[in-house]
Amino acid sequence: MATVTVQRPKLSLAEKLFLPGVLKGLAITLGHALRMLRGQKKVTMQYPEERWDANLPEHYRGAPALVTDEHGRERCVSCQLCEFICPPRAITIVPEEIPGDDQWAKVEKQPKAFEIDMIRCIYCGMCEEVCPEQAIFLRKDYAITGTLP
Amino acid sequence: MDLGLIISSAVKIIGFVFLMLMPMIAYIIWVERRFLAIIQDRIGPNRVGIPWTNVGLFGLGQPIADGLKSFLKEDFTPGHVNKFYYVIAPALVMVPALLTCAVLPFGRDLVLPFLDEPIRLVIADLDIGPIWIFAIASLGVYGIVLAGWASNSKYPFLGGVRATSQMISYEISLGLSIIPVLLLFQHLNLNDIVRYQSEHGWLLLPMWGDGWSVQRWLYLIPAGVAFIIFVVSMFAETNRTPFDLPECETELVAGYHTEYGSMKFAMFFMGEYAAMIIGSGLAVTLFLGGWSLPFGLDALVLGVFSDTWFSWVPALLSTGIFFLKIVCFMLFFIWVRGTLPRFRYDQLMKLGWIIFFEAALANIFIAAGILMFA
Amino acid sequence: MPAPETATAEAAEEEKPAVEMVDVQIDGAWHQVPKGTRMIEAVRMARGDGSTVPHYCYHPKLTSPGNCRMCLVQMGMPPRPAPGAQAAAPDADGHLPISWMPRPVIACANTVAPNMGIRTDGELVEEVRQGVMEFLLINHPLDCPICDQAGECSLQEFSVEYGKGSSRFREAKVKKPKNVDVGPRIRLDDERCIMCSRCIRFSREIADEDVLGFVDRGSRTVLATYPGKELAHNYSLNTVDLCPVGALTSNDFRFRQRVWFLKETESVCTGCGRGCNIQVEAREGEVLRLTPRENNDVNSSWMCDHGRMTYHELHVADRLTDHMIKEGGRHQVARRGEAVRYAAALLKVFKPGEVAIVASGRMTNEELYLTRKLAAVLEAKLVDIIPREAEADDYLFAADQNPNTQGARLLLCGRSKPGNKLAKIRKGIAAGEIKAVLSLGEELTDERVGLAAEDLAGLSFLLHLGTVMGVTAEAAQVLFAGSFPMEKRGSMINVTGRLQRLGGGGIAPGACADDWEVLRDLIAELGGGNGIYLLEELFSEMAREVSKLKGLSLGKIGSQGMHLIDSKECVPLLRKEAERRASGLIP
Ligand code: SF4
Ligand code: SF4
Ligand code: SF4
Ligand code: SF4
Ligand code: FES
Repeated sequence: MATVTVQRPKLSLAEKLFLPGVLKGLAITLGHALRMLRGQKKVTMQYPEERWDANLPEHYRGAPALVTDEHGRERCVSCQLCEFICPPRAITIVPEEIPGDDQWAKVEKQPKAFEIDMIRCIYCGMCEEVCPEQAIFLRKDYAITGTLP
Repeated sequence: MDLGLIISSAVKIIGFVFLMLMPMIAYIIWVERRFLAIIQDRIGPNRVGIPWTNVGLFGLGQPIADGLKSFLKEDFTPGHVNKFYYVIAPALVMVPALLTCAVLPFGRDLVLPFLDEPIRLVIADLDIGPIWIFAIASLGVYGIVLAGWASNSKYPFLGGVRATSQMISYEISLGLSIIPVLLLFQHLNLNDIVRYQSEHGWLLLPMWGDGWSVQRWLYLIPAGVAFIIFVVSMFAETNRTPFDLPECETELVAGYHTEYGSMKFAMFFMGEYAAMIIGSGLAVTLFLGGWSLPFGLDALVLGVFSDTWFSWVPALLSTGIFFLKIVCFMLFFIWVRGTLPRFRYDQLMKLGWIIFFEAALANIFIAAGILMFA
Repeated sequence: MPAPETATAEAAEEEKPAVEMVDVQIDGAWHQVPKGTRMIEAVRMARGDGSTVPHYCYHPKLTSPGNCRMCLVQMGMPPRPAPGAQAAAPDADGHLPISWMPRPVIACANTVAPNMGIRTDGELVEEVRQGVMEFLLINHPLDCPICDQAGECSLQEFSVEYGKGSSRFREAKVKKPKNVDVGPRIRLDDERCIMCSRCIRFSREIADEDVLGFVDRGSRTVLATYPGKELAHNYSLNTVDLCPVGALTSNDFRFRQRVWFLKETESVCTGCGRGCNIQVEAREGEVLRLTPRENNDVNSSWMCDHGRMTYHELHVADRLTDHMIKEGGRHQVARRGEAVRYAAALLKVFKPGEVAIVASGRMTNEELYLTRKLAAVLEAKLVDIIPREAEADDYLFAADQNPNTQGARLLLCGRSKPGNKLAKIRKGIAAGEIKAVLSLGEELTDERVGLAAEDLAGLSFLLHLGTVMGVTAEAAQVLFAGSFPMEKRGSMINVTGRLQRLGGGGIAPGACADDWEVLRDLIAELGGGNGIYLLEELFSEMAREVSKLKGLSLGKIGSQGMHLIDSKECVPLLRKEAERRASGLIP
């Protein structure tokens, strides 16, 4: 059966009155505030001055980018799976056929244009996960705003 | 009309409302952000200081920057709203909040050497102080209801409906809760109430003057209950956590002000803080001796500055004390916000109607009994 | 007119012997199916949702060689009593018990028999399907990322259902030719081919061009064209649709777009008068390919390559995207309403008979009907369309190149033969009797009209409603940007007299209007409003006024169309299909 009946816990008088709980909560928050004031606990990082670059985890998801293989060929074959899976529809691909006289003609298909709208991208990593060619990866870049060079 | 009265009233309005209350609203918001931050082991806004320099001033420039931002933002009015009511709603929230401060005494009578009569540091020295406050403050709900209705979209509407029933419900216990206080003082002039407390001990701290009586100490029971009901109801009246259901972002986006932006939103925001400050002021005035110092120190101060040339000092000092008390009260507001999660709507209604309403009623009889027999 | 026609049809019906029905048990339930039905079709009838057992090589319009083995099912018959023993007794419903055969049979080439049992699932059937899939995938390349068929590939679909997920094959895969040109429009990838032979059979049986075959029998079998031949007939692209995998791909659609992005709209091909039923497949309003849609009264399951390519007309270089008014010798962009008012004001000054209308056989019935009303409002006597003829082939391609000549006959031309009045219009213009011409979707310098640019310049008023910039558009005082048939809804009547619906699918660029709306606005401006806002309303009005269409509505036409006019034309391809069916080649 899908429905599970859960017994509500029996509350003692103090719990019903609520006030002791409130006071306990107030004590906890005050404790945090005092510790903070004494400078014992600090989780905020002062961003532009302090950075976390060295600690970025292996799986950090930053800006997605296309990669090349060991021969320097862009791996993407324009299968458009990432375009399909991308939740905010950030990717637009125009596929094309690789011309017959190209070194990589046997790969047959490549992207003519591959656009990721970085304003739309939500760094979900679905494109990386779906790519059958391991052609797109989320890099560790997180500061992607800036001026054009 | 007496020209002197007009001038002194104008000076008092400007001084109290624009030089004290408004900056206080701005900086209470900053204090709230920083205090909440340290409660949550964060830092809070600490960067905005003097423009184009690296001087941070602990972020004291933040309220000014926020205000500027509100002014400079596009004043966008969605196409689907009922324009007239949509525009006046923020004003309807802000105006009653400011009107109520007219009867709050914010200092001892100011005795100036070159004036014969002392100036009462209250904008309007009415003999119906608390009643005026409740009468006007209850108008604040119209702003919120109109905002919710005129926005013509579902979240504001739900927020408006919630706000209405919540504010109307808690107004009752709020009004009932102060009756024991008024029973004791037998007075409705807030300035006289404060002066009484200055001489005979605060309502919650009867430890000097003729406060040392069995009756006053017994009276602490109804006074304490009244204080708790009053404070909690005030949280509900000002839509503060844990009773901020009309604008709770988890369900209603931003509740009644979802469709508002720029300065109109800022008006709601400021109105809410003004209401909090006035509420705190009333609580301080009624329960914690208003502008007076505890333990009869007032008399001492008066004695020290009895010299004609320094006769204005006690008044200024008392104003400072009044605001200090308000700030402490506000810090309590913020502290609670940092601690308690939001109530469920049915819990809120149950608390208001089943517990507080009855408790306040019973409290009146207990207080009356003590006054009669002790 | 249709009355005698139906009578003969009924007579034919009566002459046919009544179809004999047999009882067949399919997946546990008893069904009645006509005798001689293939098991695979019996299953389709029993399921009722269009699905049937998985298959590759079988196609209902082609012979069944039974070479892919995907359609294996379990079959059973009543047990044959041992000599001397009593036959089993039928149950209450008269069905005999079934004894199942230990080995599966193919469902595509076997026909049903009385009291037969068919199981399309169960342990044995699942197991053989998995086995067939494993064999098919042994040498199959991992091409899905670059394969155009991905997304509509039977091999992919059945791998999901019956594939193993990993390969047990440790040896090297067989390498075969890839990216082979087998014809001007088709590319072949032999590694992907699963040897179903559908393409071979189509060319041989339907297109009557025996160009494809398997060579190098064994594990290195490849599909190839016969030496010196290529897959070039006008129906070649049907093999691309038929190919269950991505072995044959169309050069035209190759790598253009993934099929899962395409939105399919039911419509009708306007490449010739046949009106083959098609699907317009578009992404975000951009038409990317046309594929045939089954209609056994028009095009069976096929269409010609010429028709498939008609969507390229949408990509013309100088497409009109704005309505324009000529002021001071130069065209200025105008809103539709402005242009309509301007045109109407200019048209009002002409006397009856001074206006001629050249409409088009590529217009929908609705537009032709409005053209007639417009002619009535303007009291224009000379109204005609331009006829187009080409050489018909022996399959689908029709001699009449206008998709809606029948509609024009019914709604616009009356008793005169389409094109008969063009000479009169030409002469009238030369003599100066005709001062204003409305050109609706046609180029007036076309040799069939025979007007020159100077003739157009000599007119007092020229209105053009069209899609492409040209001499007529250049000369027009008022220019309306219209839509191509692939961008509009409406109805047409094909050469055999069948009323069919266009569904649109493409989205016209810029300010391009639906042609019927321009005509409606013009009529409203000249003769008062008519309260028509939807195409459906327009059709209903037309149905009230035109006796042939009595009682019809756009919805009632249905996705398969309906017979309306007896035109004495028949479809050669359907005739051949009927012959093949009669000779028992196809079910
Ligand atoms: S990371 Fe997510 S949102 Fe960004 S491009 Fe890839 S799939 Fe799209
Ligand atoms: S999924 Fe990979 S191979 Fe396919 S288009 Fe995206 S990046 Fe290219
Ligand atoms: S034919 Fe089908 S299975 Fe083979 S590569 Fe193409 S899509 Fe994939
Ligand atoms: S090319 Fe396609 S249709 Fe032809 S035999 Fe191979 S798989 Fe079948
Ligand atoms: S479909 Fe029956 S063997 Fe291919």
